[in-house]
Amino acid sequence: MDLSFYPGCTAHSTAWEFITSTRAVFDVLGHNLEEIEDWNCCGGASARALDRMVGLGLPARNLFTAQEAGRTLFAPCAGCYNNLRRALKALEEGGEEADALKKTLGREWDKPIDVWSLVEFFQRPEAMEEIRNNVKKPLEGLKVVAYYGCQLVRPPKVTDATNWENPTTLESACEAAGACAIDWSYKVDCCGADMGISHGEHAGTICSNLGVKAAEAGADAIVVSCGLCHANMDMRQGEVKLPVLYITELLGEAFQCEGRDKWWKKHVIDPSGLFK
Amino acid sequence: MNEFAKEISERSGQPISSCYQCGKCSAGCPAVQWFEWPNHGFIRKIQLGAKEELLKSHALWMCIACETCGTRCPNDIHISSIMDAMRSMAKAEKVASAEPSVMAFHTSFVDSVAKYGRVHEMSMLVNYKLKTRDFFTDVGVGMKLFFKGKIPLKPSRVAGKADIDKVMASSADKR
Amino acid sequence: MEKIGVFVCWCGSNIAGSVNVERVAELARELPDVIHAENYMYMCSDPGQELIKAAIRDKGLNRVVVASCSPRMHEKTFRKAATYEGLNPFLVEIANVREQCSWVHQGDKDAATRKAFNIVKATIAKVRRNASLEEIRVPLTRRAMVVGAGITGLTAALELADAGYETVVVERDDQPGGKLRRLSKTFPYHETADAILLPRIEELKNHENITLYLGSKVTEVTGYVGNFEVKIETSQGEEAEEEIGALVVATGYDLYPVEKMSEYGGGKIANVVDSLTFEEMLKKSMESGEPVKRPSDGKPIESVMFIQCSGSRDPEHHKPYCSRVCCLYTSKQATLISEQNPGARAFVSFMDIRTDCKLTEEYSQQNTEELGIVYIRGRVSKVWDENGDVGIWTADTISDQRIEMKTDLVVLAMAVEPSKGYEEVSQLFRASTDTNGFFQESHIKLRPVESSTMGVYLAGAAQYPKDITDSVSQALATAGKIQSLFANDELTQDPLVCSVDPDLCSACGLCVPTCPYDAREVDRRAQFSRVNEALCQGCGACVAVCPNKSCGVKNDSPTQVLNQIDVLVEDESAA
Repeated sequence: MDLSFYPGCTAHSTAWEFITSTRAVFDVLGHNLEEIEDWNCCGGASARALDRMVGLGLPARNLFTAQEAGRTLFAPCAGCYNNLRRALKALEEGGEEADALKKTLGREWDKPIDVWSLVEFFQRPEAMEEIRNNVKKPLEGLKVVAYYGCQLVRPPKVTDATNWENPTTLESACEAAGACAIDWSYKVDCCGADMGISHGEHAGTICSNLGVKAAEAGADAIVVSCGLCHANMDMRQGEVKLPVLYITELLGEAFQCEGRDKWWKKHVIDPSGLFK
Repeated sequence: MNEFAKEISERSGQPISSCYQCGKCSAGCPAVQWFEWPNHGFIRKIQLGAKEELLKSHALWMCIACETCGTRCPNDIHISSIMDAMRSMAKAEKVASAEPSVMAFHTSFVDSVAKYGRVHEMSMLVNYKLKTRDFFTDVGVGMKLFFKGKIPLKPSRVAGKADIDKVMASSADKR
Repeated sequence: MEKIGVFVCWCGSNIAGSVNVERVAELARELPDVIHAENYMYMCSDPGQELIKAAIRDKGLNRVVVASCSPRMHEKTFRKAATYEGLNPFLVEIANVREQCSWVHQGDKDAATRKAFNIVKATIAKVRRNASLEEIRVPLTRRAMVVGAGITGLTAALELADAGYETVVVERDDQPGGKLRRLSKTFPYHETADAILLPRIEELKNHENITLYLGSKVTEVTGYVGNFEVKIETSQGEEAEEEIGALVVATGYDLYPVEKMSEYGGGKIANVVDSLTFEEMLKKSMESGEPVKRPSDGKPIESVMFIQCSGSRDPEHHKPYCSRVCCLYTSKQATLISEQNPGARAFVSFMDIRTDCKLTEEYSQQNTEELGIVYIRGRVSKVWDENGDVGIWTADTISDQRIEMKTDLVVLAMAVEPSKGYEEVSQLFRASTDTNGFFQESHIKLRPVESSTMGVYLAGAAQYPKDITDSVSQALATAGKIQSLFANDELTQDPLVCSVDPDLCSACGLCVPTCPYDAREVDRRAQFSRVNEALCQGCGACVAVCPNKSCGVKNDSPTQVLNQIDVLVEDESAA
């Protein structure tokens, strides 16, 4: 299928391996990602923390651009996804905020589109079969826990998630690649988010605990779909140091995509040992 | 409802008067240990009109908008939206933030977006370090990322900068 | 020739404060055929009624209009007064000049007076063409049916059977007793559920006046109060038919499923159970003498967290209402676990402790004091499995702190919801339900056990969550209501129903699907559509739909309605 693609600012920096592996995996699966033209930052957590309309206006500009193509807008980064969906909901509701957004940017919201993360992409009925068909090296013996954090699922009024306390889509994708996804009780807990920058020690407290719980569950690695979750868990896990993989990196390994060694080099906790 | 609670209700779109103090928000909050009062206490203080105390609080800046409380709240009150509204208010009324580092981070981030249309980590982090005047915390972590090639030197810019300017000017409180 | 009397009530200052009552009476006196008009401070008082009686007696009135409050208040009063003097009650009409005039036009006495007079004039136009009517009499089958044989249903059935009435009991389970079968002991005296239930079940099974259908369900209900015909599918798959005069819906409750509480691991974590499952665990322990064991590994339980309001008082995700029974059974369960497993610790997560029945406050307080049950004031946010133990994140809003703790077991006091299949029961018996699916009473204060259909009564948790005491009280109330009904030889009904002119009716049948009460039926042989007067509620839907204008509501004929409109429009055009 053809999807409009929103890589997000970290595509060229902290989440380079996420976006690179996403492109590689979609290539193998035979889905076309069309990067939307001249996209801008979604505002992160900061824009709306300081001003509601700026927080909605930044992602809204990308939606107005994407609606021209008429395709579903795919944003792999959970934070970008969540901000885009907040703006989407505001435009769909069509109240005062929608009017303000349309006026500010001088555009109309007349060709509604949807916004997806990897979770929605994997929820398509044929998705698991597609993965299974492309596995070259089943990841047998690799035990992982899936970690969703906040932005992929909450608040459900924004994400339209139906199983926000116990989502299982990422696990299904891991299993389809031959890995063993272990159930654990911390998959929708928070990683500390922006405290990773302003209060690193607090984020460290949270992430160390998550690392301990993942190890207790018997996992060799933690699978994520969010740049911020990855950064915090990769840098601030304390003693345990379980490798933190983007779901697309895990699939890329199963598909034996080119250039994987470059992905692993971007990690603070080296994951390459998992695949030897 | 007092005037302050009414204003916050309107700005945030949250039904503050529905709160019956069950505490489920506090029970699940990952940041509550860094708040002056647990989440339900914060809402109670709004109900009681303690504006000054709240705008000066650490809690206001330590909430990380994880939405755990809002998602589980029996009365559909999203504290993160309330926090957003109150931070705007604190900023507009020039109340000094109890958490200058958080304020500095958010401001550096938004400044970077205002300048380039996208976030440029390098200049944002330098800006942040200048604002906080804290040059040593987490230097190790930052250097690791830099040597991993994760923090590029050059910013990437958005062509439609005029749009970004319009969005920045759309602020309810005029930045 | 009509001799009309008009009586204008002041209702103290309620009417007289904004309507010139003297003037209304004066104007009425001028109208054709009005031979008497007066006003009085309280028409509904004894002297007021005496004025009406005297005028009928002395002046030979044959039509009466009382200008007063809503007919819902005193229509019966004035019609009874007229009957006393030998006047047919249906020749008395109320002109509502209080709710529809004086109360809504305070401050403009002239306009209010003019409007009050117009209402009187329009009512005169109607009463002029009223017919003398007699109440409708219908025969009555003195047999009852009870749907559901839990403690509520079997109480109602035994009461009716003991009073000498044949009673049919239909229960979908293959044994009677309902939810009470699963309970260990009852509050406040810790009497066992079996001690309460088993003797009553024996009585039910052996009562000469009771026909018990187990493993059965009602499939069709036709007829009306006093004359219902019911089809029942029996456990053998056969169809039985029963004729009954009245019935009790006692279909009870189910617990809202634990799977709905995903943040508490409901349905996923073995050591998270609902409160009825915990009752069974207690009961088993009492019978075997062994301690209560945790489901995951059989380890004797040393600590339990009871989470109240699980699914209740949560308008955003679950049920908005309070399930009423959880506070007390939780206190009971916390007490019983320390009896069965000496030394076990009990914690209760609560928002409020509601003890609103006799002895229950003392009971709950005593349990807390004597056993050291720890009540923690706050809702739990998350429950997780921790190698067999159960981890809990909660808060205590009294000491303003967040709490993380571990116990062996979590018991969810799940919301009480209407028993599965309530929608079907509601349709079968035409008994409407509220927004939460509980059967709707006719009046929350005055008619709490009557459903929206006459002859169908409501009892127990099917109407709203209730403990055994309240369920039994309601069951007895329904049995009392049915005995009052059965005390009549035949039933009388309001005659203000629809009628048909067979000469005008073309038997097109449009009225049949339009009638909400199944009261219309085309008689193919006589070639017109009949009205079943026992079913008809006089709503007039058929009158509106009839293309031949062959239908009319008695004493509310199209002519009468049009005459009233004419009177009102006349004044508008004059003004």
